[in-house]
This record gives sequence, C-alpha cells and structure tokens, in this order.
Amino acid sequence: MVDVTPADAVPPAEVGEMELYHPHSWWTKYVFSQDAKVIAIQYSATATAIGLVALVLSWLMRLQLGFPGTFDFITPEAYYQFITMHGMIMVIYLLTALFLGGFGNYLIPLMVGARDMVFPYVNMLSYWVYLLAVLVLVSSFFAPGGPTGAGWTLYPPQAIMTGTPGGNDWGIILMLSSLILFIIGFTMGGLNYVVTVLQGRTRGMTLMRLPLTVWGIFTATVMALLAFPALFVACVMMLLDRLLGTSFFMPAIVEMGQQLQHSGGSPILFQHLFWFFGHPEVYIVALPAFGIVSDLISTHARKNIFGYRMMVWAIIAIGALSFVVWAHHMYVSGMHPYFGFFFATTTLIIAVPTAIKVYNWVLTLWRGDIHLSIPMLFALAFIVTFVNGGLTGLFLGNVVVDVPLSDTMFVVAHFHMVMGVAPILVIFGAIYHWYPKVTGRMLDETLGQFHFWVTFLGAYLIFFPMHYIGLIGVPRRYAELTDMTIMTESAHHLNSFISIIAFLVGFAQMVFLFNLIWSIRHGREAGGNPWRATTLEWQTPQTPPAHGNFGKELPIVYRWAYDYSVPGAKEDFIPQNVPGDFRPTREPA
Amino acid sequence: MAIALVLVLIVVGSVLFHFLSPWWWTPIASNWDYIDHTITISFWITGVVFSAVVLFMAYCVFRFRHREGNRAVYEPENKRLESWLTIVTAIGVTALLVPGLFVWSRFVNVPSDATEIEVVAQQWQWSYRLPGKDGKLGTSDTREVTAENPLGIAPKDPNGQDDVVVEAADLHLPVDKPVKMLLRSIDVLHDFYIPEFRAKMDMIPGSVTYFWFTPTRTGTFQVLCAELCGQGHPLMHGMVMVDTEQDYLAWLGQQQTFAQLSAPQQTGSANPLPGNTMASALDVAAKVETVEAR
Ligand code: HEM
Ligand SMILES: [Cu+2]
Ligand SMILES: [Cu+2]
Repeated sequence: MVDVTPADAVPPAEVGEMELYHPHSWWTKYVFSQDAKVIAIQYSATATAIGLVALVLSWLMRLQLGFPGTFDFITPEAYYQFITMHGMIMVIYLLTALFLGGFGNYLIPLMVGARDMVFPYVNMLSYWVYLLAVLVLVSSFFAPGGPTGAGWTLYPPQAIMTGTPGGNDWGIILMLSSLILFIIGFTMGGLNYVVTVLQGRTRGMTLMRLPLTVWGIFTATVMALLAFPALFVACVMMLLDRLLGTSFFMPAIVEMGQQLQHSGGSPILFQHLFWFFGHPEVYIVALPAFGIVSDLISTHARKNIFGYRMMVWAIIAIGALSFVVWAHHMYVSGMHPYFGFFFATTTLIIAVPTAIKVYNWVLTLWRGDIHLSIPMLFALAFIVTFVNGGLTGLFLGNVVVDVPLSDTMFVVAHFHMVMGVAPILVIFGAIYHWYPKVTGRMLDETLGQFHFWVTFLGAYLIFFPMHYIGLIGVPRRYAELTDMTIMTESAHHLNSFISIIAFLVGFAQMVFLFNLIWSIRHGREAGGNPWRATTLEWQTPQTPPAHGNFGKELPIVYRWAYDYSVPGAKEDFIPQNVPGDFRPTREPA
Repeated sequence: MAIALVLVLIVVGSVLFHFLSPWWWTPIASNWDYIDHTITISFWITGVVFSAVVLFMAYCVFRFRHREGNRAVYEPENKRLESWLTIVTAIGVTALLVPGLFVWSRFVNVPSDATEIEVVAQQWQWSYRLPGKDGKLGTSDTREVTAENPLGIAPKDPNGQDDVVVEAADLHLPVDKPVKMLLRSIDVLHDFYIPEFRAKMDMIPGSVTYFWFTPTRTGTFQVLCAELCGQGHPLMHGMVMVDTEQDYLAWLGQQQTFAQLSAPQQTGSANPLPGNTMASALDVAAKVETVEAR
C-alpha cells in the first residue's frame, strides 16, 4: 500500500471539455432527450412496466402449479406461453435493460464525473429501439396464435413447429424480431457506456478509483457486447429457417406423420449459440448487482469495501471465465460427453472468485458501523439469497450431479434464487438508495420496511422449498402435475403453499410501486447527500442533478470511492473530490 | 435487531427443513447411487458454507450495528486473510469436483456387456426397439418413417428385420442387467427421464444419444419427458417395468419384430398368415438367447 499525494494523483487537464448538447424544446428535453439521466428514467419506467407483465404471468403460472385443474383457462398452450414470456421478459427486457440502460445511464456519467455519455444521440436512439423491441414483444400477445410457447431458451426444432404455441404462427417471428431489435438497441447504449467509462472520466478518476458500481456495469456491458452477437445470429438463422425454409437448425423431421422439407441442420448448434450468450447473460445481470451491492454495503456500514483490488479483479475474472462455461447448461443435451469434464472444471473454478466477492462483502460488515437502513437490509438479503443460489450452482455445475437435477424444479429454484431474486433485491436496495438523488426526496420508510420483509422472506419461502420438489424429480416446464407417480399429496400441498406466498410477494410490489409514486411529491426532503456517501453523484451542486451534472467546473478526484471512517478525519466519510487533507488514506496503489 | 435474528432463523429453518421435510429423492432403482452420494457430499459442503456465511453475517449485524459514537475500523485489505480464504475455497471446490468427475467418467463409459435398447421419442409418446437374434439393431433414418414403419427402421438393412418393435407401449427390462439406452427422436427434442434411475439424456432428431444404467430392483417406474417438446410435454409419460428374468422373457415372447409388423403390407393385410404368432414365438425364443448371451 502506497500513500499518494493528491498532487501526483491528479493529472492536468489535457483536452478541453466537449460541447454539451442542449435541448431546445419540451420534446427534446423530456421525450427525445439526449440526457443520460432522462434516458435512464425512460429505460427504467419501460422496464418496470414490462416487468409487471412478467410478474402477472408468474401469478398465472403459480395458479396452475399450486391448484392444478382448477383454472380451465390455463391450458398447456397458455402455460407455455406464460413461462416463455415471463422468462424472457424478466431476463432480457427487465433485468438487462434496467441494470444497463437504467442504472448504467444514470450512474456512469455521474460517478465517473462526466457531463453526459460520450455519444448522447446514439444513446437516445438506444432507448427508442429498446422501446420498439418491447412493443413488438407485447404485440405478440395480440397476434394470431398468441405469443410463442417455446420456453425462454427457444430451442429449435420445436420453437418453429406446430406442436408449440406460436411456432407456426406469429409468436416466434415476433419474439425473434423483438430480440434482434433489443440487441441493436443495446449495442448502441453499450458502446456508450464502455467509451464513457474509458474516455469520459474526470481528472483524477483513475480506473482503480472507480466505484465498484461502475466496474460492475462496465464489465457487464463489455460482456454483453461480446455475448449478444451470438444470440443475434442465432435469431437471424432461426428466422430464416422459419420464414425461408432454410435448415440451419433443422434436421430431417417427421411432424405428426408428415415429412418436413428440412434436412441436415443441427438443433444442438442453436444451443451452443444460445448459451454462449446465455451464460454470460447471467453475469451481465449479476455483475452490476455485485458492483452496486458493494457500494451499498460500504456506504451503509460506513466502512471501506474490504479488498477493493481483489473485488475488481474478481469482477474481471468472473467476466472472462463466464465465456468458457456455457456448455454447463448442456450436460444432458446429448453433446459429446467428454465436454462434461472440461465444462465442469471451468464452472467450478468460477466459484472461487465468486466466493471471494462474498467473503469481502461480509468482511466489510466486520467491525463496521452498520446502519440498518432499507438499502442495507436489501443488501444483506441479497447476500443470503445469492449465497444460497450460488451454492446450488455447485450442484448443477458438477456435471454428474446435474444429471438427475437438470430440467427439474431444482433448476428453477436455483436460477430464481441466484439471478432472479438476488439481483432484484439489489435493484430494490439501489432504488431506495438513489431515489433521493433522482427525485430529491426519500422513499417512505414504513412502506419500505413492509416491502423489504415481505419480499425477502416471501422470496426465500417460495424458492427454498422448491429445490426439494426438484429433488423428488419433478421436471420443470410441466403444465400438468397430475398422473405423476412421484408427485405425492404433500408435494401438491407444498406447491399450493408456494403459490400463496407468491401472491403475497406480488402484492408487496404494488405497495412498492405506490411508494415510488407517492414519495415523488410527499417524501421527506432528502438534501444532496442523505447517506453521507463519498462518490461523485452525491456531490452534485443540484439535486436532482441538472443538465450537465456538475455545474461550471467538473469535480477533480483525489481519492478512491471508499474513504469511510478514515482515522483522524472529522466526518466519517471523505468525498472523492475533497483534496487529501487527512493522511494517510491507504487507498490501494 | 430483527434482521440478525431472522438471519439466524433462516439458517436454523433451512437446516431443519432439509432434515425433517418429507420431500426427498425417490428410492433409487439403479446403480447410480454414486450420484446420490455426490449429491450428499454437495449438501454437506454447501450447507456448512451457507450456515457459516449467514451466521457470520448475523453476528456482524448484531455486534457492529450502529450506536451513537461508534466508528468503523479503517481496513482496506488484508492480504493474508484473503489468500487464506481463497485457498480454503479452492480446497472445498476440489472436494466437490473430483468425486463428481470420477462418477461422470463411469457414467459416460458404458460397460461392454450392456445390452443396447433403443428409445424413440415423438410428439408425444415413447416407443422402443430391441435387437433381434442377431444382437444388432438395424440402421434407421427419419426419412424412412411412415405409418407402417413408425420408427424409421431401414427396410433394406437385414440387421433390422428381426428387431423387436414396441410401439407406444411399456418397456420391460430384466433386473440387474446393464442396459445402454440409445436415444433417438423423429421430431423435436425430448428427454428420457426416470427419476428412480437418476439418469436422463436429451434426444435430438438426427442424432443418437445414450446413457447406461443397471436396474437394481423390480418394479414399475414412470418415464417423464424432461425437455420441453411442445404442448403435450407434461403428459408425455411412459412406463418401464423392471422384471425378473422369467417375467421379462415372457413379455419379450409376446412382442413383434419389424419383419412381422411390415409383413401384412407385403402379403396383403386381408388374410394374415396362419401360424404367424407361432413363428414369432420361436423367433423371440432365439432372440432371448442372444440377449442373454451378451
Ligand atoms: C415472485 C417472483 C417470481 C415467481 C413467483 C416466478 C415463478 C416462475 C414460475 C412458476 C416459472 C415456471 C416454472 C416451470 O414450470 O418451469 C418461472 C420460470 C422462469 N422465471 Fe420466474 N418467477 C418469479 C420471478 C422471476 C425473476 C425475477 C426472474 C428473472 C431472472 C425470473 C426468470 C424466470 C425464467 C428465466 C424462467 C424460465 C422460463 C422457461 O422455463 O422458459 N422469474 N418463474
Ligand atoms: Cu418429449
Ligand atoms: Cu417433453
């Protein structure tokens, strides 16, 4: 650890500031806005809206699973349409869009000390293309035949065949088109986030002084830029198979006694392409959550994040490794069995940097000054669910253990815990944390407590027991649980219990939405830095930050983002833009 | 302090649930108890880690909660602690992986005395094919599939003529004899899964996949499809009966070969040859010998 004097650490300005685009009308200010903060809110609102659709779909699925045979309108076709849309919306249109388009847009420029994204116009386009993707997706609910029911993995051949809802109608076409649009839109935004982090940082903001939130979003974006193209080509190829009768993924097939025209294609090629995207996607959602939760814990425990450098390298290592583990989703796909040895090994290696992150979060709590604010509660809940879901990942990654468990409810429980519940808890924590910056007011604390307890305990009660239904052997994606010898009476009762809790958890989200809207006008005034945090977004002259973020002068950064409780300092935090009066700041060299 | 208490309760509750709840895997009926052991090891290691992390958190929250005048300790890193934790984690992960890979190598290396049995999936039913007295399955091709030849067995391949075809009915297996299940689909992906056998594998149109196992007790086991295959997926059930040798042979004696099934077409289905059944019984007896011999 080397002490650096502030003068060394801040290079002189090399180039002048870029000209900032200024809106001229209400339309260009609030609708076709090029301001990353407005775009962030547009992204978040759209993602939340479509996320609510996914939530309602989860209730419908839980109705069927919890009370089989009671609801006639939930036919198998409908059930498959529900799971497909629910899964795809949650993963892509909600989580990816919210973390990168929402949090990325809001936080990156503010946290690195920039006035805006480097390509504001492209950034604006990114949102509008995303909105179009969402609209195309929604339109499939109203198309003839309804949305696709191929499962969110869209595996061919069934995805484009008559036995699957939407396979021979509009459903699958609209889904693939919407994904293609989403990827185009994301790429425009993603390039912005990457270039802004690399080129738009203010003076003194070295890479090793970036808050972990930025590191998480940045790495996730780089990964997404590398992973989405695989999905993109897979979608294009499947569209061609469906519309022009090519055979990229289609071998010779007899469908309901009819020989189809296809021949020679490889269904498993699609799976490789899908998971080459799909596995990194898990981390595209997880890394921003890792970054954000690090900052929440540090701020609310009034203590520097433990092992900052390790945390950064762990993020990068996880990002890189996650490109060589994709086939752990395919252990029982029929690929060559020897792949199992390789992918099980890489998969379990990833557990090491992941575990380091967990240790560092809990060690940050150690000898901290823990304020049990709502963001901190959500951060703690995140650790519980993430550790739980991460550990069951060690079952599924360990190839032979995956054999009985894969494609059962165990998998459903695992991935909900680790990439559903855990990141969403971080999103909630983050919203309670940054809402005061975005609106100038605090969210209501009592409603927040209610929201926290019901969501955390409810989600745990839904997904923890679900593992055991999978352990019995009940497959996932089963619209009917009747006539199964392994489904005991008591297992049906457990399912009903899970469903009831799911409705409660859903209800708590309504309370949260109410809080979000109500507090805009009625919340307690927050002031500029209610959490007494160090990072730059809390040091803006106005709250909410005005156009251009930082007033006349951009801040100069003198220290890392974690100078909490520095010995000898008067306050228990020193913002990044305060010159280094208080020595030693033992920031990592 | 509610949260510290709740964290402790989560650990206690999860552990109690694990040991006391009635929901557990089905009694095993194959040789893959190795897999069950690996799962048990995984539960122990991960259970300990989960409890340790969450209880440590609970302690921290309780001990270091904010009180007036408290101040956190400034401690950016601790190289020794970090390396130590990394090493312990690596050891734990190795303890999971190594037994797992050993069992996997057993799982993918089929013993040479395993009988080959073919499963053919289609939306939404299971059919089976057993080798005839030559002990070999004839070749097959999705393009050959017709109403009379639902499994797409190559009509020209002499090896296929005596294959026993079980169309959309139950499969029987002799107990304690290793079998290699060759898995084939003629339309979409399916997955042949019997919870009591612990094994499963996807079936891919255009390829043949496999897994092997030895049934270790007699009984009736339900086949479930474990790969989404369209709207009939959750009802794509089947039955496998594991029989004693005698019962198995009796069942096999009642099955028909490919040649017999396609015979009516060649001779005119109006008057099936008398003695057909007789012939098939003889056929089967011969077949059984070959099956046994292998
Ligand atoms: C309380 C909240 C939630 C409930 C009750 C819920 C419930 C369900 C249910 C019942 C299924 C279908 C299981 C099956 O039959 O195979 C499912 C599938 C799925 N869910 Fe959720 N879910 C919730 C939140 C989430 C979140 C936040 C995500 C984000 C990652 C998510 C992602 C998925 C995915 C990817 C699938 C798989 C879809 C497929 O099999 O194609 N869910 N969920
Ligand atoms: Cu199937
Ligand atoms: Cu199926």
